[in-house]
Amino acid sequence: MNFDFSDDQKQLRDQARKFLAEKCSPKAVRVVLDGKAPYDKELWKGLAEMGFLGVAIPEEFGGAGAGHLELCVIAEEMGRANAPVPFSSTVYLAAEALLIAGSEAQKKKWLPAVASGEAIGTLALFEGKGNPAPKNVKLTAANGVLNGVKKPVADGAIADFAVVAARTGSSGRDNDISLFLVALKAAGVDVKSLTNLDPTRGQAEITFKDVKAEPLGAAGDGWSILTQVLDRAAVLCAFEQVGGADRALEMGRDYALDRIAFGRQIGSFQAVKHMLADMYVSATLARSNSYYGAWALSTNAAELPEAAAAARISATQAFQHCAKNNIQVHGGMGFTWEFDCHMYYRRANAMALGLGSLTYWEDQLIDRMRKKNAA
Amino acid sequence: MNFDDTPQEAAFRETARKWIEANAPKELQAELSKSSLGRIRLANRDIVDVGKAWQKKKFEGNWACLHWPKEYGGRGATPIEKVIWQQEEGVYGKLTQPFQIGEGMCGPTVMAFGSEEAKRRYLPKLASGEEIWCQLFSEPSAGSDVAGLRTRAEKKGDNWVVNGQKIWTSGAHYSDYGLLIARTDPNVPKHKGLTMFFLDMKSPGVEVRPIKQANGMQEFNEVYFTDVVIPDSQRLGAVGDGWNVSLTTLMNERMSIGARLATGVPEMFELCSNLMLEDGLAIDDPAVRSKLASWAAKSNGLKYTSYRTISALSKGERPGPENSIGKLVSGMMLQDIATYAMDLQGAAGILTGNDEETAQGQFQQMLLSSPSMRIAGGTDEILRNIIAERVLGLPGDIRVDKDVPYNKIPTKGR
Repeated sequence: MNFDFSDDQKQLRDQARKFLAEKCSPKAVRVVLDGKAPYDKELWKGLAEMGFLGVAIPEEFGGAGAGHLELCVIAEEMGRANAPVPFSSTVYLAAEALLIAGSEAQKKKWLPAVASGEAIGTLALFEGKGNPAPKNVKLTAANGVLNGVKKPVADGAIADFAVVAARTGSSGRDNDISLFLVALKAAGVDVKSLTNLDPTRGQAEITFKDVKAEPLGAAGDGWSILTQVLDRAAVLCAFEQVGGADRALEMGRDYALDRIAFGRQIGSFQAVKHMLADMYVSATLARSNSYYGAWALSTNAAELPEAAAAARISATQAFQHCAKNNIQVHGGMGFTWEFDCHMYYRRANAMALGLGSLTYWEDQLIDRMRKKNAA
Repeated sequence: MNFDDTPQEAAFRETARKWIEANAPKELQAELSKSSLGRIRLANRDIVDVGKAWQKKKFEGNWACLHWPKEYGGRGATPIEKVIWQQEEGVYGKLTQPFQIGEGMCGPTVMAFGSEEAKRRYLPKLASGEEIWCQLFSEPSAGSDVAGLRTRAEKKGDNWVVNGQKIWTSGAHYSDYGLLIARTDPNVPKHKGLTMFFLDMKSPGVEVRPIKQANGMQEFNEVYFTDVVIPDSQRLGAVGDGWNVSLTTLMNERMSIGARLATGVPEMFELCSNLMLEDGLAIDDPAVRSKLASWAAKSNGLKYTSYRTISALSKGERPGPENSIGKLVSGMMLQDIATYAMDLQGAAGILTGNDEETAQGQFQQMLLSSPSMRIAGGTDEILRNIIAERVLGLPGDIRVDKDVPYNKIPTKGR
């Protein structure tokens, strides 16, 4: 059994960690947090130069052609650094949708632009409250013309293109949904920034009024493609969450060693030690589940849907748990804007919803386990 | 990243599988598969008798205590081979229960601190199951703080005379030998006045009494010592070095990898898939699904954590600290699951009979037994301390009795 990343992959992780420690310090993150820039353009360029944006994109489309395991280790570091760039929208959602369903021409047009950092992409799925479900898709597509409103759309205000979920039928079945590819400069697209929990990653409302769009994948295949995209993104996001959870745990541990109260290190009090031990437990469970997700993703295994849901649940819970208790360990200082704890708290809770809520994924896991048991 | 054996591991697995296929007591397979949650009940046969027969067969086939050196009855196998063996042994591994403390704790301690003569005399018979060992550490007032133990051993000529009481000794009533830690010097701080011995459990003055547990069962014992004589040749390690010797024993306990702890998740999934609530199947209820999914993800997390440990062993690396979370997570989960499973049964959840229509009382039994999972082998609190101190590097607890002579430590009723 070799249920671990290879030495090369670990080396890539170290390389990404080093790069991000240098280019994505908390100070750099704060430029975006404080609203002085919509995202970190320099960092985005750097990520492209390092080959990280296209690490899982085949060479023929301008990527490094490495694979999803390589993308997982980079994702972990992006989460650890709380990177203020549209990485997940562009790489896990838009690029993966193209890889799964894009025509040769679409892939040729967009994937090299993603890998080089020239194009930011996103997925426009949600329309207000609710989780991923065909019935929640109301935006219509008739003869390739889109009408409707999407929100929240992650990184929508800075994206160059979007994969848009649209209703093309009204049978009440999954095949009512089709996907479209839209350049967001197109006529009839109106983008509005929305305030959100985590200002280091923007959210937007996008209104489509008589927007001409090209289909992505066959008509009626939209939901099946989306399900695959969301499963892949769930695993990749889980790695970001694991990285964030680990960083929050580290911050709490370091502070507990450093801070003196009642004449001793606060980390010598069992109330604090046990809180940190529990953070380690949830971070470890999340990491192990994510590794399994990585295996399933990289081998395109039949187990992917179940593995992705378990990784998503475990990593969401761990990041929320670690980010929340990191503030608790810090006490009052943890509640200041000045300390970095709240950046992870914001990111953890925003990520917990971005691909659908925890409840949604719990529901998915049970469905998928039942399907497996029935088989 | 893959789950495949190396060619060498695959060959080993094949050899093990073939041997088990040819030798395992297949007539017990169905019964053993049914006994979940670590409790083994065989309808007509005593677990110790059946266990001894299986252990002897394994020993003769060179499959007992397989990570031990050959000269002491083992196979000289690598850690990963031991894991593979356990995977292949499967349900028959449940029959090794009476020997686990001997193999996992007593044997390694004798191996590390016993004389060559003692090793050759005792270890092969431990490995073959001919002689069963138990461990005599915990006392009524020394559990988590085991170094505070009170059982006295006093030197008389070439012998030691032991008086005191031990508790929570699994298998004392069928054990032939015991590993005993006792206080040999009460005038020095508590960790420094301890010495390790082993003794014949049939020695005069040893009395074993079963404990009636909170769950109504009797699986553990109290062991009383009244002027029990132990020859000095049965001392392990130096006089006063018992604490260090015990750390070897306990470290071996925590090294036992691949032993899958019961979480209650498969039982709960089955219950929810079959139990009709007012509005339909439990598994279709959103609140039930949410809890069940969280538990399933946790339980998967434990499984894949152990896979990471196994992978490290396979590469010949020392496993990381991640395996330390197993008992902490599964103990709490078992208790939570039992409570919730009963909640789903409504008022009938009170009933414990094994002829009850819903789940035949198994969750009620789980509920009553689960507190011990959170205490035995290191309480949840001790495990959190271990993770905090050894994994995260946080400071140890302030020990107010650290430098105080044992007989000056404030105590209640000592």
